Amino acid sequence: MPEAKSPVKKTAKKDRLLSKDSEWTFELLEVYDRELARLAEKYRLDTYPNQIEVISSEQMLDAYSSVGMPLMYNHWSYGKTFLSNQQNYMQGRMGLAYEIVINSNPCIAYLMEENSMPMQALVIAHACYGHNSFFKGNYLFRQWTDASAIIDYLLFAKSYIANCEEKHGITAVEEVLDACHALMNQGVNRYVRTTPLSAEQEKARSQEREEYIQRNLNDLWRTIPIKESEKEKKTRRFPKDPEENLLYFIEKNAPLLETWQREIIRIVRKVAQYFYPQRQTQVMNEGWATFWHYHLMHDMYDEGLITEGFIMEFLHSHSSVVFQPDFDDPRYSGINPYTLGFNIFRDIRRICENPTDEDREWFPELAGSDWLDAVHFAMENFKDEGFILQYLSPKVMRDMHLFSIDDNEINAYLEVDAIHNDSGYRQLRENLAAQYNLGNREPNIQVYNVDVRGDRSLTLRHYMHKGRPLDEGSSMEIIKHIHRLWGFDVKLESVDEENVIQHTHKLAKEQ
Amino acid sequence: MSIIIDRRLNGKKKSTVNRQRFLRRYRGLVKEAVQNAVDQRSITDVESGSNITIPKKDLNEPVFHHGKGGHHGHVHPGNKEFNQGDRIARPPGGGGQGSGEGQASDSGEGADEFAFQINRDEFLEYLFDDLALPNLVRKELKDSTDYKLKRAGFTTAGSPDRLNVVRSLRAAHARRIALSGKDRKVIRTLKRELREMEVSPDEVDQQEIRRIREEINVLNKKLKRLPFIDDFDLRFNNMSKVPQPSSKAVMFCVMDVSGSMTREIKDMAKRFFLLLYLFLERNYEAVEVVFIRHHSEARECDENDFFYARETGGTVVSSALRLTDEIISERYSPNDWNIYIAQASDGDNWEADSSKCHDIILKKLLPVCQYYSYVEITDRHHQNLWHEYKSIEKEHPGHFAMQQIRSHADIYPTFRRLFEKKEASHAGS
Repeated sequence: MPEAKSPVKKTAKKDRLLSKDSEWTFELLEVYDRELARLAEKYRLDTYPNQIEVISSEQMLDAYSSVGMPLMYNHWSYGKTFLSNQQNYMQGRMGLAYEIVINSNPCIAYLMEENSMPMQALVIAHACYGHNSFFKGNYLFRQWTDASAIIDYLLFAKSYIANCEEKHGITAVEEVLDACHALMNQGVNRYVRTTPLSAEQEKARSQEREEYIQRNLNDLWRTIPIKESEKEKKTRRFPKDPEENLLYFIEKNAPLLETWQREIIRIVRKVAQYFYPQRQTQVMNEGWATFWHYHLMHDMYDEGLITEGFIMEFLHSHSSVVFQPDFDDPRYSGINPYTLGFNIFRDIRRICENPTDEDREWFPELAGSDWLDAVHFAMENFKDEGFILQYLSPKVMRDMHLFSIDDNEINAYLEVDAIHNDSGYRQLRENLAAQYNLGNREPNIQVYNVDVRGDRSLTLRHYMHKGRPLDEGSSMEIIKHIHRLWGFDVKLESVDEENVIQHTHKLAKEQ
Repeated sequence: MSIIIDRRLNGKKKSTVNRQRFLRRYRGLVKEAVQNAVDQRSITDVESGSNITIPKKDLNEPVFHHGKGGHHGHVHPGNKEFNQGDRIARPPGGGGQGSGEGQASDSGEGADEFAFQINRDEFLEYLFDDLALPNLVRKELKDSTDYKLKRAGFTTAGSPDRLNVVRSLRAAHARRIALSGKDRKVIRTLKRELREMEVSPDEVDQQEIRRIREEINVLNKKLKRLPFIDDFDLRFNNMSKVPQPSSKAVMFCVMDVSGSMTREIKDMAKRFFLLLYLFLERNYEAVEVVFIRHHSEARECDENDFFYARETGGTVVSSALRLTDEIISERYSPNDWNIYIAQASDGDNWEADSSKCHDIILKKLLPVCQYYSYVEITDRHHQNLWHEYKSIEKEHPGHFAMQQIRSHADIYPTFRRLFEKKEASHAGS
């Protein structure tokens, strides 16, 4: 209604408004998306093409329960998640997330139909330009995931597993899947990734193979066996070096598995690998997306594209997203990754634009540099651990009132070993970074040995981190699962930093 | 440029399979929970599903994680008073179990149990899992007005809404082929001639070529005149009316309401009747219930009176059985109805009456009814009614069953015993 008489600052501004009320329509979604895309480009946010899907709350619940993926193989645990979500949602104990976004090309983002226009705009900014550019830009995602292939792979996985169920029965498939799910966190490669071979390398390989076969053929002529010395027998282990990827090892080496079982292990392994970067970049990813929805929405307001009511509603949602309860608050459940990430990214910008003396001392290379370059560099080249270690500033520590607790079992008390003051900043930052190191958070368990010449028993080693033991009950459960896959005895040794065995988990012999 | 897709019309029930997988895996636990839930329901409350709670520890998905102990640190936000070097007492039990505060125990409780909803059908399925109705018969109603349309091939006449497009076009195609066959054959020959003339090295007669071309043209025009589709081609789906055999059941609830029947005993009887009703309802499209209460004389009544009105007097069971027989012959012809009789009593009966009961059941009721079940709710010694009935059970094991209920906890197991699937009798029938 252009003839509205309400006092508006500038008529020019008023005319540019994209919408006045908070109802959304498909046309409006398009308009907002176009504007956000324009602004995102200004900030050099490089994204995969977006595929925005509007869904209902029931569909959101469905998406929730299968780890957010649009298609997933069937498993009872997803049904369990669904039931508990449904129950919580129906009883009002849980709100639904505003959005789910999938690291794929095109990048799929879900909007819920119940949301208002400001919420939809927030989600588009957050998911379609924030997360999306993170997926495309961050080195972990570039290195470990293949965004263009994931949907096709899941489609393959779903139908493969469905076929297996038809052929071998639901129970048999479920057994393998249960065991694999238990090992999912130990089913990823952490360090190396084979890049696709070029044609040249492929050629070199086949030559190598030929040579190898040739050698073996020659071997036939050599009829006198060399006797291995007893000592060598004892010390030689298989695998030669401990293997960190348990699922990979089992897939390749378990003696009794059938082909379809190996393929299922492979599927779970691939899925775990796909999610691995997300587990390592939670703070950064959410922080980055929050940082950009904050900026993009404010820019829209500054350009007069949205009303005051709109920006107020946005700010309300934004502040509940970055709400961080204190440690003694009943709502407290750890540090909110949205808050931490958002604060750090925002502080990077502040340090670049308005550095204080403290900043000049702590971040000499950042102070006064171009902030857009700085945040892009931070987003592209770190994971949570390094990101915190590199960029957590004294100001953020002060603002969040961070403090670090030292919990050592030999003491009867907990000790505050660092707080947000001059003597504590560095310690605090190291501690927080370590907290986001998956290597510390999750037990480090590797395949140590297989008794190849004996009873084929499998020995796993848990390399203890600062004397932390494994949880007794669940470890035994998992050993049962591994036993099911491996087919022979399995034992798990916990060794401390001096390689002394502290504890052994072993399955009691069944009578 | 982004693509915006409306997915709201896509299926909502994506998680159905996973949900079923979950229920399948924990069938035992769910069944147990359902059996507990059934005790808390009223006879009229059959329309709802149920909240099911099963212990959480049985359905965890283990992952390797650290246990208590060792040396680790944790960073928290919101420091107010702590300074470096402060020492704090370690919360007992690592904080998880809390120190007896309300809030901590709240969350503790949440961790022990897993609650979810199942709908009515699922509820009943678990409740009556492995049970079967004995002697279930589908009785055809002679003057049934219930018809079902059934497909019966295709006809050449019908209303336009039954038009079968595929069949019609197929018929049209066949007709066109059939009618044009001769002409097409001629065209083919002419064309071959024409081609031979064109490639032959000899001098060709131009006029001849023109004539052949003309002829082909005429024939082609003739072919084109054939109608693409004709009335003659139309095919319609044929539907025929099939009378629907509908199965109906009537359930007679017979209960002793004499003074010796306490409120508690009636309550147990009510539970039993509830189960039977639910079970019948699952197996028949229509179930009617007739309530007959008796002391020294019997009366038909409504549900409320049946369970709650109190009367005193002696006990003559045969009066109720006689009334049942009368109602059956008046209103529920055994040709049309499946008849189930359930009797509950505390076992009291007037001494001389029990043999009469024996006769009525044997001669009148058993020949017409599908199943007669008797529950005696008592923890005392059996009296003569029980012994008389016992002899009937021996003679008609498939049609007559009796059980004793001592306490609340017996009701469901007793019900299960009465309606257990009997493999042998299945094989026999």
